[in-house]
Amino acid sequence: MYPTEVIRIEKLNKEFYTRKEKVVAIKDLDLSVSEGEFLCILGPSGCGKTTLLRILAGLEKQTKGKVFMRSKNPEKPLTSMVFQGDSVFPWMTVAENVAYSLRIRGFPSDKRLDIVEHYLKLMGLDKFANAFPYQLSGGMKQRINVARAFVSDPEILLMDEPFGALDEQNRLILQQELLKIWDGTGKTSIFITHSIDEALLLADRIMVMTAHPGKVKAIVPVDIPRPRDILSLRSSPRFATLFREIWQLLQEEVLKAKTTEFKA
Amino acid sequence: MSLLEEHVYKNIEQMNIVIKEEERKPKTKLINKAIILKFLTFLSPSLLLVLWELFARWGLIDVRLFSSPVMIFKTMIPMLYSGELLYHTLISAQRILLGFIAGAVPGVVLGLSMGLFPPVRASLMPMVAVTFPIPKLAIMPLILIIFGLGETSKIFTIAIGVFYLVLINTMAGVLNIDEIYLDIAKNFGASPFQFYTTVAFPGALPMIFAGFKLGMGTALLLIVAAELSAAKAGVGWMVWRAYDMFDIEKMFVALITMAFLGYIFSCLLDIAEKIVIPWANNRR
Ligand SMILES: Nc1ncnc2c1ncn2[C@@H]1O[C@H](COP(=O)(O)OP(=O)(O)OP(=O)(O)O)[C@@H](O)[C@H]1O
Ligand SMILES: [Mg+2]
Repeated sequence: MYPTEVIRIEKLNKEFYTRKEKVVAIKDLDLSVSEGEFLCILGPSGCGKTTLLRILAGLEKQTKGKVFMRSKNPEKPLTSMVFQGDSVFPWMTVAENVAYSLRIRGFPSDKRLDIVEHYLKLMGLDKFANAFPYQLSGGMKQRINVARAFVSDPEILLMDEPFGALDEQNRLILQQELLKIWDGTGKTSIFITHSIDEALLLADRIMVMTAHPGKVKAIVPVDIPRPRDILSLRSSPRFATLFREIWQLLQEEVLKAKTTEFKA
Repeated sequence: MSLLEEHVYKNIEQMNIVIKEEERKPKTKLINKAIILKFLTFLSPSLLLVLWELFARWGLIDVRLFSSPVMIFKTMIPMLYSGELLYHTLISAQRILLGFIAGAVPGVVLGLSMGLFPPVRASLMPMVAVTFPIPKLAIMPLILIIFGLGETSKIFTIAIGVFYLVLINTMAGVLNIDEIYLDIAKNFGASPFQFYTTVAFPGALPMIFAGFKLGMGTALLLIVAAELSAAKAGVGWMVWRAYDMFDIEKMFVALITMAFLGYIFSCLLDIAEKIVIPWANNRR
């Protein structure tokens, strides 16, 4: 691994065995992520994006291949994941959910409170700190998921379509907030999305995956200067070029995924 | 104001409006409905009592077998005053409570372990599966031989009935917890003990309480059987004593007390559930 590299994946393979058949989720995937990089992953549904993230999070073991991850600060957790879909603990209040990682690591409660309050404010949840999740909207719950991962202050942040369930307005606002937080911390981040807009706004590089089985189809560097915001981004000519480039890559794969579905 | 704050304030405003509307309209309706329902819950048993009394007076039912509400009441009053009824009730309540705790606590602990750890489940499940279907009444003689005729055997009988129901419900509760919650705990590095306290236990709590309620039903069943043999007091004993004496009124008094006892215990469990599970969505 070279000095600034924090993740290196070599010939990664992941197969699932169901009762009837073998599903190849990821095939011979190579990837390298540098420190402080923001990588977005785009790909058709079912191509293995979540599986890749789960392997990085230590929730799944690869079938073949090597995954290296460099920890620079053993005090911090290596990864924290924002899960796809609703993953808020229903039995904890908003504040308890957000503070979860700190509780696990045994932080004293006064210290916990400061950190949690900061992120609750940032995510616009401070008024609901003591509410239970069933009292909240889907968008608010999604914000809890993001806040919970940020609070744990990991070396690598893994986000699986964190804004997927949000309406357009909420999504724009939270993207902007995420950029602000990220600019401040410069945390290595891997972010799965289905939105090319979102990827172009957030990413240093975009990895496009092939349909089933998942491989790297292309890696596109996003050479649009930061700080970015959605308004100036959309009006920049570079954005239009990149959008078209990625859409073409993606289109092929989505269509391919469709046809294989028909065959099956 | 930042864009985000503005957005949040807007959200809150909208929410307030919605809540107000929700509160205003159905609340009066809800109260009316509640009153009617309360009324009905009193009406139907009262009606039954009146009919019973009338039938007894008109000679439509045999008073020697079915007694009548007034006769039962006349027997009950002196028993209440003398403290006899309270004495037997407290003795039975104590046995039920001790037996319940003795069965529920290990039931929860073991149920959590079996739910969380496949090796534990694999090694204990066969024994549970084989012994669970044995009617608890059938092992009472064995319990009597082992523990003798004292309090222990009665408490143990109840405990064993409660234990299985709580164990099986707790385990099912843990197994039904959405896997994503276990993944979160794992991703954040929770220790096995923290798995218990932050995911398995709270996640299984609704099912644990379902087990408690079933267990309480069984406890009431078993107390009568337990007090049949070698008891000198208790509501169950009262039933059997009345049987020996052919004292139908006393038997009814004991049965009513039993119903009352069961009602109190189930109310207590409901209250405990509301306190322990504040996150449950109770807007039914
Ligand atoms: N536990 C599992 N058992 C069997 N097959 C699985 C399992 N998890 C995932 N798969 C399969 O692996 C493939 C990749 O799944 P994955 O969840 O990684 O897709 P994804 O790219 O995240 O899709 P989406 O964009 O819809 O979230 C799919 O074909 C899926 O059916
Ligand atoms: Mg996915």
